[in-house]
Amino acid sequence: MNDAKPIISINNVTKRFGGAVTAVDNVNLEIESGEFFALLGPSGCGKTTLLRMIAGFEIPSEGQILIDGQDMAGVEPNRRPINMVFQSYAVFPHMSVLDNVAYGLKVTGVGGRERRQRAEEALELVKLGGYGGRMPDQLSGGQRQRVALARALVKRPKVLLLDEPLSALDAKLREAMQLELVRLQETVGITFIIVTHDQSEALSMANRIAVMQGGLVQQVAAPSELYEFPNNRFVADFIGKTNLFEGKVIGLEGRELLVEVAGIGQLRLPHAEAASGEVGIAVRPEKLRLHDSRPQNEQISFKGTVIEVAYYGETSSIFIADPAGHTLLTNIQNTARDTAPRVKVGDELWCSWNPEDTLVLDS
Amino acid sequence: MIWRREKEPIGPLDYHRRTSLRAIFLLTIVFLYGPILTLVAFSFNDSRRNIVWNGFTLKYYERALENDELILAFANSLTIAVITTVVATILGAMVAVMLWRFRFPGKPGYEGLMALPIVVPEICMGVAMLAFFSRIGWPSDMVWPFNLAAITIAHISFSFPFAAMVIRARLANFNREQEESARDLGASEWQTFRDILIPYMKPGLIAGGMLAFTLSLDDFVITFFTSGPNTVTFPVKVYSMVRFSVTPEVNAASTVLIVITVVVTALAMRMQQKSEKKD
Repeated sequence: MNDAKPIISINNVTKRFGGAVTAVDNVNLEIESGEFFALLGPSGCGKTTLLRMIAGFEIPSEGQILIDGQDMAGVEPNRRPINMVFQSYAVFPHMSVLDNVAYGLKVTGVGGRERRQRAEEALELVKLGGYGGRMPDQLSGGQRQRVALARALVKRPKVLLLDEPLSALDAKLREAMQLELVRLQETVGITFIIVTHDQSEALSMANRIAVMQGGLVQQVAAPSELYEFPNNRFVADFIGKTNLFEGKVIGLEGRELLVEVAGIGQLRLPHAEAASGEVGIAVRPEKLRLHDSRPQNEQISFKGTVIEVAYYGETSSIFIADPAGHTLLTNIQNTARDTAPRVKVGDELWCSWNPEDTLVLDS
Repeated sequence: MIWRREKEPIGPLDYHRRTSLRAIFLLTIVFLYGPILTLVAFSFNDSRRNIVWNGFTLKYYERALENDELILAFANSLTIAVITTVVATILGAMVAVMLWRFRFPGKPGYEGLMALPIVVPEICMGVAMLAFFSRIGWPSDMVWPFNLAAITIAHISFSFPFAAMVIRARLANFNREQEESARDLGASEWQTFRDILIPYMKPGLIAGGMLAFTLSLDDFVITFFTSGPNTVTFPVKVYSMVRFSVTPEVNAASTVLIVITVVVTALAMRMQQKSEKKD
């Protein structure tokens, strides 16, 4: 995939609103053909503005957007080889489902029979075959979303943009739709770019994710890389859950970094790069282990007190205070069929983790 | 069954079961519709005077139909109302779309100017129109229907702000993603306007048009100042007839007007409901 030229190139794109607010700040991104790409970030991070600039609804203040090698400056939204699924789906209420799907073909002059055939094929693709004659007010939210998908896909775009497509669906339907979007993307082979604030959505669907905050791209990586090797504190905190300590670098011994963390002591962490001063030390909850007595053969271990247990059915979250008073989170699987909790508030337990599971974050 | 229902305690939101509110409701209905019902009933009264009931007749309807001046006034009113409806709705829609869509310097001032005819007393509008038309030397001796132009212009100018208000209220709830979606699917700006925005505005257009129609049809004050001896409208004609005496003939003509207004309103409301149901 690396030798192919990118389907979308975003070069030094900045968008300012009214001179004061910088929504997108000097962003560079290359999206390969056939990718399922996610723009992920909290609300107000600039992800939607970036998507709308690709679609042509906002004009970049600076920089350049290329779609399939063509500069999109001055190209109207209706002349771009991309289509979009809107957050509200924006299904036209006064048109039947079939007319909705066929609309994009009609306005570009695709003739009667071909138009009808392609529209019906698109409806089959999203499993709405036979719904063509219905009006949008007779459809459920999930079905309306499928209409919006069919309406965009029928145009055979080079890129499909999806703006928070699952946010209006209930939890069960959202999970089903995640799988279905992935299947659909594999079937049609079109590049999908999805905007979302939901990290689990991005992790489960996308091949690559760009994490955005404050108009800046913080990191672009595959989901597992993003989770296990975040670039900075923001990414570590935003993707999944994390236990974050503040530490002070004491020195470097060979390939190991010596870091002092209040309450836990001196840690020897494998770390390739030199670091100094204050660093963030992060451990994912599932990398943390609990023991009833002091564990043997563990390099990092300390005693903590359980201060909170949250029961979720298949798992429970355990909150533990370490000697310095940090609150740590870990999860346990409720593997035994038992109503008595395995861990109770007030229990004194030993915590440990492997040094190689530690993230050292210097920004 | 009914008795058992009444026995149930009256809840805080059961307004319709409180005696005081029922009495107010009844009085309102009587004051609103009593006079109108009397007018309609006495149009069938076989008596020159509108005081005692003498028996049923249709002769005043016949007489009203034979009254050429009354028929001409009626035709004038309808012609003016129809033209006013069409032009005021188009103008109102244009103003509404412009105020809804664009931001431009002086917009609040412009908005205020557009709404002014709604608050300016009709009598002032009438005098102003009269002064304006005589000042510019508007010809008053043109052939029918061109002699109605002055009244029609006056009617359009006071009724289009109402239409604009109604249409703009409709536009306020428009989901702009629909517009963007149409553009995204390949539609030009004009195609988007025609295929998406106009169908969405339809209930507003109907309601605005209806408002302009009824405003124009029964306007007296402004019409009185802008009409000449050859351009009498129905309300002005009724007024001049009533100055002599309220005859059943006037009742008959008024009843016809009520029926027309009610039918037009009912039709328009049905059309509006149909297109609003689709949202």
